[in-house]
Amino acid sequence: MNVSTTLSLAGSALVRNTLRSLLTTLGVVIGVGAVVIMHAMGQGATELVTGEIQNLGSNMLVIIPGGDSRAAFGSALLSAPLFRHADLEAIRRECDAVRYVSASNSLMVRAVAGEKNRLTTLFGTTPEHYATRDFHAALGRLLNEEDERQAAKVCLIGETVRRELFGAGNPLGAELRLSHLTCKVVGALVSKGVSTFGTDQDDLVFMPSTTFARRLLGDDRLGMIMISAVSEARTDEAREQVTSLLRQRRRIRQGDDDNFAVRDLREVQALLGKVTGVLTSLLAGVAAISLVVGGIGIMNIMLVSVTERTREIGLRLAVGARPRDILQQFLIESVLLSSVGGLIGLVFGISGAYLVSRGMHIPYSVSPEACTVAFSFAVLVGVLFGVVPARKASKLHPIAALRYE
Amino acid sequence: MTSASEEVAAGGAPLLRFHEVSKIYGEGEARVHALRDVSFEVHKGEFVVIMGSSGSGKSTAMNVLGCLDVPSSGQYLIEGVAANELSANVLAKLRNIRFGFVFQGFNLLPRTSALDNAQLPLIYAGMRASERAIRAKKALAEVGLAGREGSMPNQLSGGQQQRVAIARALVNSPEVLLADEPTGNLDTKTSHEIMHLLTDLNHTLGLTIVMVTHEPDVAKYGSRLITFRDGRIESDRQQVPL
Repeated sequence: MNVSTTLSLAGSALVRNTLRSLLTTLGVVIGVGAVVIMHAMGQGATELVTGEIQNLGSNMLVIIPGGDSRAAFGSALLSAPLFRHADLEAIRRECDAVRYVSASNSLMVRAVAGEKNRLTTLFGTTPEHYATRDFHAALGRLLNEEDERQAAKVCLIGETVRRELFGAGNPLGAELRLSHLTCKVVGALVSKGVSTFGTDQDDLVFMPSTTFARRLLGDDRLGMIMISAVSEARTDEAREQVTSLLRQRRRIRQGDDDNFAVRDLREVQALLGKVTGVLTSLLAGVAAISLVVGGIGIMNIMLVSVTERTREIGLRLAVGARPRDILQQFLIESVLLSSVGGLIGLVFGISGAYLVSRGMHIPYSVSPEACTVAFSFAVLVGVLFGVVPARKASKLHPIAALRYE
Repeated sequence: MTSASEEVAAGGAPLLRFHEVSKIYGEGEARVHALRDVSFEVHKGEFVVIMGSSGSGKSTAMNVLGCLDVPSSGQYLIEGVAANELSANVLAKLRNIRFGFVFQGFNLLPRTSALDNAQLPLIYAGMRASERAIRAKKALAEVGLAGREGSMPNQLSGGQQQRVAIARALVNSPEVLLADEPTGNLDTKTSHEIMHLLTDLNHTLGLTIVMVTHEPDVAKYGSRLITFRDGRIESDRQQVPL
């Protein structure tokens, strides 16, 4: 008995019970679909984060207060001394491997324009910040060195703030009250959209870091300094220069630990990669369980089918089928069941991944490898769970099977 | 009985031969002797009818004849070759090419066309689909079912279903047709039609037929009548077929 005959035999046996066959494959459909969707989501999120980090520039370093470099961002922020504007000036002056130095401090404030207001995040930043973070002016101008030197009462608004407070009107030159300080709007930013983690990157207001420190807080301390190395190759050099400069300025003795940390964005990227990796494998585990459950469903229905068709098996044996032919027939039936389930699962998975990527604003990324692996697993499930019923069928005695009522 | 000894004398081995065949089912207390030292021969072209009450061993004899079962002791020879110790695969092949089976309950595959039912043995003979269809069509025409190739079993009468089963038995051109109560589920008129068909096949194709029945009317169609009782042959005689 050749393969095409066996396939068509198995196919017609399954078509005879269309509804039952489809229900049987449901477990495999869900398993394969889940694998594809989960993998696409993990992949999409990773791509997005990687893209954003590349946007920031891989030669960027973040300097934060706090000693333990192994701890997460922001730990020990409270106990360690913050940075001062003088530190910025010193880095600018003395570290030749550093191109940009920018500082950022933030505060949640209510921004009021006329009778409209909005709770938003106010950032006090140096002009270099716009270059390192890739911000561009859509209207007016960015904040510059002059604003910084004078601690000018000017601000730059994000797209969301512009839309909510000014609508169709022209924001340039308008007065915006931020906490107790009134600033003139000199520019509006090009929209950056929603980030990976769902934050609106346009819901913000910028003012010069000097204005923020002196006029708003009355304190020129900084929570974080961002520097950008001259080139990616000199990132490590920039890190060393900044570290030794800050140790010197903070009078840290030889052998003592730093009370600040210089972080590389690649470390952040690696951390995020790890998180998505763990998430992906967890979900893959869930999907694998679903595939096994699907396989048990197939085995169950194949056992029922063998019992139902005992007389048919007896007849086939009587007209010359070898036990091997019977085994093959039932094994191919179960593999066909799981393969059809796998194909339907792929269709659901691919379209589901598309919908999810649209809904969650992550890149659509279905990899052929994930589809191949998921489908192969489905076929494998069909083989593994088909063996027991098929062996049972092939071991039937022709007479006992023919007489079976 | 005469023809048998004549042929052996002439040097030709009989087509089928039981030599002191016994068949025992079960163990210990539940031991059942279905056949006790049964010996007989079937020659090419014979129409043998086996009769007997239930439990007489006639069905067991049929199963052994059809290679569906093997004897516990004694020998079953097909053209001189012992079938006793053949593997399951070789027995399957013998059933496929040497024997055609007809059952009381027809045993057609449900929701499967007459053509597909008739070509079933050819699938296991490894024949190509196009050739299978030609052969099955021819077999259906031989049993008077030309034009009904596409009919499903539930669209056919009992007699027609049994004809499909006979076409299936003939499709691989076997030497022996084994019929186990082929008219058991049919009315008298249809029974006689089926028996006429079998007699025709016996005459025109020279097909050897072994048939089990418990209806004396039907038994009259055979050229030889063997009667079983308690696992033994009670009588074995030639008769003039109806």
